[in-house]
Parts: sequence; structure tokens; C-alpha cells
Amino acid sequence: MSEVFKLELNTPAYKGTVSFPTGLFIGGKFVEPIEKGKIEVVNPSNGKVITSVSAGTGKDVDIAVEAARKAYKTSWGLKVQGSVRGQMLLKLASLIEQNIDEFAALESLNVGKPFSVSKNGDVTNTVACLRYYGGWADKIQGKTIEFAYTRHEPYGVVGQIIPWNFPLSMISWKIGPALATGNCIILKPSEITPLTALKLASLVSEAGFPPGVVNIVNGYGNTVGQSIAEHPQISKVAFTGSTLTGRKIQEASAKSNLKVVTLELGGKSPHIIFDDADLEQAVKWAIRGIFSNGGQVCSAGSRIYVQEGIYDKFLEAFTEGAKHISKNTGDPFGEGVVHGPQVSSMQFDRIMTYIDSAKTDGATIHHGGERHGTEGYFVKPTIFTECKPGMKIVQEEIFGPCAAVIKFKTEEEVIEMANDTTYGLAAGVFTENAARGIRMVHALEAGSTFINCYNMLDKAVPFGGYKQSGIGRELGEYAIDMYTQVKAVHVNIGLRL
Amino acid sequence: MSSNSEVITINLDTPLYKGSISLNTGLFINGEFVRPQESQDAGKIDIINPSTSKPITSVHLGSSLDVDIAVDAARKAFKSTWGLHVPGSVRGQKLQRLAELIEENLEEIAALEALNCVASLILGKPFAQAKQELNMACITTLKYYAGWADKIHGKTIETNETKMAYTRREPYGVVGAIIPWNNPLAGLAWKVGPAVAAGNTIVLKPSEFTPLSALRVASLINEAGFPPGVINIVNGYGPTVGASLASHPLIAKIAFTGSTITGRKIQEAAAKSNLKVVTLELGGKSPNIIFDDADLEQAIKWAGIGIFANMGQACCAGSRIFVQEGIYDAFIQGFTAVAQHLQANTGDSFSSPNTLHGPQASEAQYKRILSYISSGISEGAHVQTGGEKHSDGEGYFIKPTIFTNVTPSMKIAQEEIFGPVAAVIKFKTEEEVIEMANNTTYGLACAVFTENISRGIRVAHAIEAGTAWINTYNTIENGVPFGGYKQSGIGRELGEYALEK
Repeated sequence: MSEVFKLELNTPAYKGTVSFPTGLFIGGKFVEPIEKGKIEVVNPSNGKVITSVSAGTGKDVDIAVEAARKAYKTSWGLKVQGSVRGQMLLKLASLIEQNIDEFAALESLNVGKPFSVSKNGDVTNTVACLRYYGGWADKIQGKTIEFAYTRHEPYGVVGQIIPWNFPLSMISWKIGPALATGNCIILKPSEITPLTALKLASLVSEAGFPPGVVNIVNGYGNTVGQSIAEHPQISKVAFTGSTLTGRKIQEASAKSNLKVVTLELGGKSPHIIFDDADLEQAVKWAIRGIFSNGGQVCSAGSRIYVQEGIYDKFLEAFTEGAKHISKNTGDPFGEGVVHGPQVSSMQFDRIMTYIDSAKTDGATIHHGGERHGTEGYFVKPTIFTECKPGMKIVQEEIFGPCAAVIKFKTEEEVIEMANDTTYGLAAGVFTENAARGIRMVHALEAGSTFINCYNMLDKAVPFGGYKQSGIGRELGEYAIDMYTQVKAVHVNIGLRL
Repeated sequence: MSSNSEVITINLDTPLYKGSISLNTGLFINGEFVRPQESQDAGKIDIINPSTSKPITSVHLGSSLDVDIAVDAARKAFKSTWGLHVPGSVRGQKLQRLAELIEENLEEIAALEALNCVASLILGKPFAQAKQELNMACITTLKYYAGWADKIHGKTIETNETKMAYTRREPYGVVGAIIPWNNPLAGLAWKVGPAVAAGNTIVLKPSEFTPLSALRVASLINEAGFPPGVINIVNGYGPTVGASLASHPLIAKIAFTGSTITGRKIQEAAAKSNLKVVTLELGGKSPNIIFDDADLEQAIKWAGIGIFANMGQACCAGSRIFVQEGIYDAFIQGFTAVAQHLQANTGDSFSSPNTLHGPQASEAQYKRILSYISSGISEGAHVQTGGEKHSDGEGYFIKPTIFTNVTPSMKIAQEEIFGPVAAVIKFKTEEEVIEMANNTTYGLACAVFTENISRGIRVAHAIEAGTAWINTYNTIENGVPFGGYKQSGIGRELGEYALEK
């Protein structure tokens, strides 16, 4: 038994109660952690504590894994028909949809996203993603290969560690394919942003999932996360977060049971605009590409390469766009707000450090480059110009609303500059020349490429990184492959020794 | 065109179902129920309850003019509110909703299928069986295809550095569908599910004998969220509405389930009109092969399901039962007991939960089956049990029948009876039975009963049939394709394969 926290909100965007249980969700119930740990959850719009929620440790992970294993052997896995698993995912999706406003309010409260973005983006996409995977559950197919056949079997118990930038949506990317394929899950939300995970946990039993199939264990990375990464009875771990932590996860796997690891890490994605681009559209997409979600997007278009013929016009329009965002910065629940705070004081400090480094390294702060207001973790939309390839702001992932704008001459030159990074998550190309667009994206070393758009993700299209941006793919049918292992079966139908 | 069509009420007061069911008996075109075009009004057809031989009600019959109107509505919808104008996930959602609405109204729809045709109110299927079959066949199939709608993929294909190529799977546009009377609701789901998931719009003709459940489902289509014109249901006769669909110049593809004779006509009509794509799911004379080492008790039960389920009115019925000589006598004994148990529990769908065997679908079917039974007797086969009508009372009841001493050339061994009549044939060796089993123009299904895994797979691979069952019969899954070899059909339904069509 654990507490349920309630809060009354009275704002332009949302009036009403929001509530969520605060415990760990293990074996179908909410429980206190063994070591009774707690974490404070902060509202980044004002820096104030919302409440405390339970924080687990490795001991709680052990209990969750035990519950998941039992469930897998008895009430889940291939013992339950795909169509039944699928219908439960659909039911969970419907339950979330029925509570869409409350989920959106919780996400905005915890993460700082403008309410309309939480509702029409994050929560809506979560529902759609769960529905999409609900439809896959009874369509997991192997092949027959004369005369043998393959079976795509679930792993068993999988661990999933998700980040704080799209808390609810990232849950759907993980649990959708994992549950559709018949795995049981131990999921660790980000300790910074657990609220929507807790709310979702309160709907899991109602959706029909047997106890132990979905377990949600809040806690710190170096306790709960580490425990998941090195657990001998977890067969596979999926992680989304920083490249630094991704390495630790893979190391922990290598040192424990060689569990399968899929990683979705950072990026420093190039956003390339040619002279013949539709300028007005290119500007709008560039704005979205770097300023959406306060720049806290793994595939943010943070290096903007603009061909010299269009450079001045682009910069002018792009700056106008940034100004508009600055003017509409504020409380996520306010009217007309399009830009909220960064998620935490730590992120805020980190971004400010990068801004300082820009000054030190000799870049020009063309717009922004400072805090907005005096309360909360707001950073102004920031544009760096006169950037050189070796600068920190060009090489390293800032994870904030900071665009590095760089001029280029030729296609060959920009391909080289764009690929000059250890990352390879996304890339965008703007040109009205179809052949060039396709040629460019084929040359760019990135897992998600966009022509005349940016970050237009779709649950049916795979997403993931090249190079140090990650291993494996999420979304689409490809995610199904990530959560199944292949067994080949050879049947002797006549060979005698 | 008046949209004020007749709503009738069917009142049932039976042990298994009590209630009033409202039904609109018009044509469902462009999102509303309408009366047929007056200039070619074919009148109405009486819908008979085969348990009593009495009419339940009558429904309107369409004509080729109504088909033209429906196709026009379907085309408009395809160009504007359906097809690839609507994302797959949205199409899927609507199919899911339709399935849920059918589920919400399950009792009523099951009652209609069982009244009109056992499985469904209409064809006199035992009510409990009707409900269960309905659920499995129709609702889960629609839900299955709802999930495919946003997963229709093409491929990218590497050619060389200077070119990129990829494939796109595009819907046809307006498709026609003609479904039979033996499993009306399943028939509807198997056609509407994949067609609409893939983005087509559809004009569907139910069987004129068994339109009631389709009409009830039609009343749920708008509520499910389909724009007008996406799903159209036009009742009518084969030679009028069916022929019109088959030869329509604006229908890009037609899917037909029914007799082989009519299948030929459909293909001919396509050849003579616009060369529309034709898929056919036709008849069968499927062999059920039981080896000495089979689990006898199980084999007997499955053999019963294979030929007596739905009173033998299944395209894939296991109507020729080949039994290896070592097990033959024991099999006959057990199988006869199965048939006799069904004979003892024969009756009207609604009268008792113990009813296991219902009437044949219509007087025409009833007469046809009795005539095959006569031919079996006159050609020298032995009636082990059954071989006659059930009683002198009402309805089209025929006793589950087993013929032994059957030789391959007899009519009852060659032709599809579509009734509860099993032809049992003794065999010695694997090679012999494979040859006998394949000696048919049909090729829909087959089954092998043996505990020897190699033999089971070997024989399944050797029989010329689109579905092979090992140690089971008639177990159909939404995810596994179904269709015929040889003259049993062209194309596959169910599974991912149905989407390719």
C-alpha cells in the first residue's frame, strides 16, 4: 500500500486535480521500497518541490525481477495469445486517452513543457504508439526455410531505462514493443520526472496485465539503473539517455551476463540548408528542430549549416523566430506559452556553462545567451554564429535551446563537416532539388534523415543512431525485432543415418 | 431515392434468447439505408428460418442500378475521405471500433445469425455455437486487420549508386465482395477487414439467404466512424447484383466465396469486362487421413468436427475420411457413436443449450444433400448410420450420415455434398492414400492424423491443398492464410497474405 498524492491546479490551461501514487509498482501493486528511500520531485518553472516519491534500490529490482520471472513462466510470454496481449495494450492506450488532460498536466508540471504540447504531442503520441504496438502483438512472424523454421521468441524479463525529456512518450516506445512481443518488464523512469510513469502504473492492472508483467521501479541511475544493467536474470536492457551512461550500461552487461543491450543516446545532428531551399519553410523547421522542448531532444538539429547564398536571409528570419519564442516564454500552463523552463537546475547550469564556453572560444552570441526571468530554469532561445568546427558548442551535445549556425559553400564540404562528429542520430536537408536531397541523406552518417522537414517522427518508422548515437532501433516493425530472439528449428522428416 | 427504408422488428421468446431485435431491411449505400431504385425494383425476398421452414421477415433486393450508385459512392469516398488520404492508424481505429460495436451487441447479432443460419441467427446454428463462432470468427478477425492498417510496407531496393527504387503498396480503389450463406458474419469480416485496412472502399453482397446479420452490422458502420461510401452493403441475387459487381467497369477487384460453378462465372465476367483482379474461395472435397498410429480417440473427435460442424456446410469440410486398415474397425465404431450422439441432439438453435446439430440452410440444400445420399446408396455404398432426413417435422434437418464401402469414383466421393455426409474409405499404405487424396479437382484443405512427426509433415507436404492440418481439423487462425489449390480457389484470405490481395 502506498500513498496517493493529490494536487489542485487552477491555471488557464488546466483546472482540476492531478493525482498519482508515489510508491514503486511491483507485482501488480504499489509498495514501499525496502530501504524506504525518497526523491524530491521539482517543478522546473519555479524550482519548488512538488512532493517526494519513493526511490528504490537494487533490492527492489531483485523483487521486481522475481515477480517478472514468475509472471513470464505462468501468465505471460507465449502462454498468452498475441491477440490478447495486443488488446491489453489497446486498453491501456484507451485508459490514458480517457485521462489525457490529467496526464498532460502532470507532464507539464514535472518537465516544463507547454500544456498544449504535452497534450497534443506527448500524451497523444503515447496513445498512438501503444495502439500501434497493440496491433503488432499477434503478427510476430518467423519464416519457414525448407525444411526448418524460425521462431521469434520473447527474451523473458527485460529492463528499460528511460530519460526525462519525453517521460511518458518514451515509456510507450519501450513498453509497446516489449509487451507486444511477450516480455515482462522492469522499467526505471528518470528520477527527475517520474510523475506520468506513476500515473500510468496506476492503470496497468485495469488494462488487464497480470501482476508482474509490468513493473515500474523509480530510483537513481547508480542504484536502480546499475542493478538493472548488471542483473543476471534480466536478458536484455534498453536504455535511452546520455552517451556517457550508455557506455556504463554496456560495460555492466559485459561484466555480468552479456545481456543484449540497445542504446539510444545523444546527438549533434546537422541541419543543412541549401541556397535553393524554400527559405520560409526551412526557417520554420530549423526553429522546431532546435528550440522544441527547450532543445532537450536527442535528435535536435543543433548544428545548422546554411549555404552562403542564403545565409544572411536565413539568419535574419531565424532570429525573428527566436525572438518570437522569447516573447512567448513562461509558465507551461499560461496562455500562448511556447517555451518553458529547462528540466532541472543541473541542466540549466550545464547549458550556461556551454554558453560561457562559446564566449571563451570566440563565437558570437547572435541572440539570447542568458537566463530568462529570475525564477525557474528558463534559458532564452540562443543563436551562436561565427562558429568553428573545433568549438565545444559545435562538437558537444548541449541539450538546450542553443543553435550553432555555420556557413558553407559546397555540397562536398558540408557533407564532410556534417559527418565530422562521433554522433550520428539524425540529419536534415533542405533543398528543392530532389536528387540532391536524396544524395545528401544517403551520404550523411545518421540513423534518421529528413528531407525538407525535421524530427517528423512516426511510430511506424524506425528511429535510432549511427556511430555513438546508439545501437539498435526503436519504433516501427524494427522495434519488434529488438525484443525477440530468433530460434531456428530443424525437423528431420526423412533423413536416416 | 428515398432514404426512408423499412425497419422491422423480430421478436424472440425462446429458452436461449428473449428479446426484440430491430433491423433495417434496406440497402446500405453511402452511409444510409435506402430502398432499391424503383425502376428496377426486384421486390423483396423472404428470409426463412431453416429450423421451421417459415419466413422470419423479408428484405429488399437490389439491382444493377443500386450497384452503380454504390460504386459511385465508393469511388467518391476513395478519392476524398478514404484510401491513402486517411492514415493507416485511423483506418485501423475504425475497424477496431466496428469490432467493438459488434461485441457490444453480440447477443443480438448472434441471435440473428442463429435464427437465419445456425451460426448466426440466420442459418439455424445452435445458439451457443453461434455466439462462440461469431466472436472468434468475426470480431477477432476485424480486430486483427485493424492492427495491420498502419503496417502495410513496401520495400526499398538497392540498384546502383545513381538511382533509388522503392515499392509502394497502394489500395485498388473500389473492390467488390460476394459472400456465402454458411458463415455470414465471418464471411463479412474476412472480406471487409483486409480490404478496408488496406485503404479500399467496398461494395459487398451478402447471400440473399442470409442477409440479416450483415444488415445489423450495417447499422453500426456510421457509428464506427467510417465515412459514407467506404462500406456499402447491397443485398440481392447472384445473377443481378453479383453479376453486376463481377462485370462492373469501375470495380478494380472482386473477391468471391461460394461454389466453384459461380466462381467460374465471376472470372469469366472479369475477363469480359475490365480484367479486374479476381480472388476466389470455392469448394472442396478435403481428405482427412487417419493412420494406424493416430491417437484414435482424438482422431474420431476431430473427424466429427471435420465433417459435421456447421452441418457439413463448410468449404473445407473433411468429407472424405481415409482410415488405415489396422485402425479401421475401431474408428468406425467410435465415429458412428459421434454421429449418433449428434442425431440425438438435433433441433432448433434456440430450444436448448444441448442442441448440437441444426438444420441445413435451405430447402434447396436439403434436397440436394438427400439426392447425394440416394446416389450413394444406389451406387452401392453402405449407410453405416443416418442416410435420411431427421424426421417428418418442420425444418431442413438431415441426420449426420456415414457411408462406408465407398469407392473413389462414386459421386459421394468426388462431388462436394455440403452436408453432414462422410464418405469413409479404407487404405493400406502412405503412397496409396496420397494418390487417392490428390485424385480430385479440388484442393482446399487436408488433414493427417499420426503420432509420427516425420510422417505427418511428409504427408502434409505431399497433399495438394492450401491448408494442411496435422492432428487437428478446421482450426482456423486469423494470422494464418487460408485458400485453395487447383479448383478450390485463387488467392489467400486471412493473415498478412490477405492484404497483398
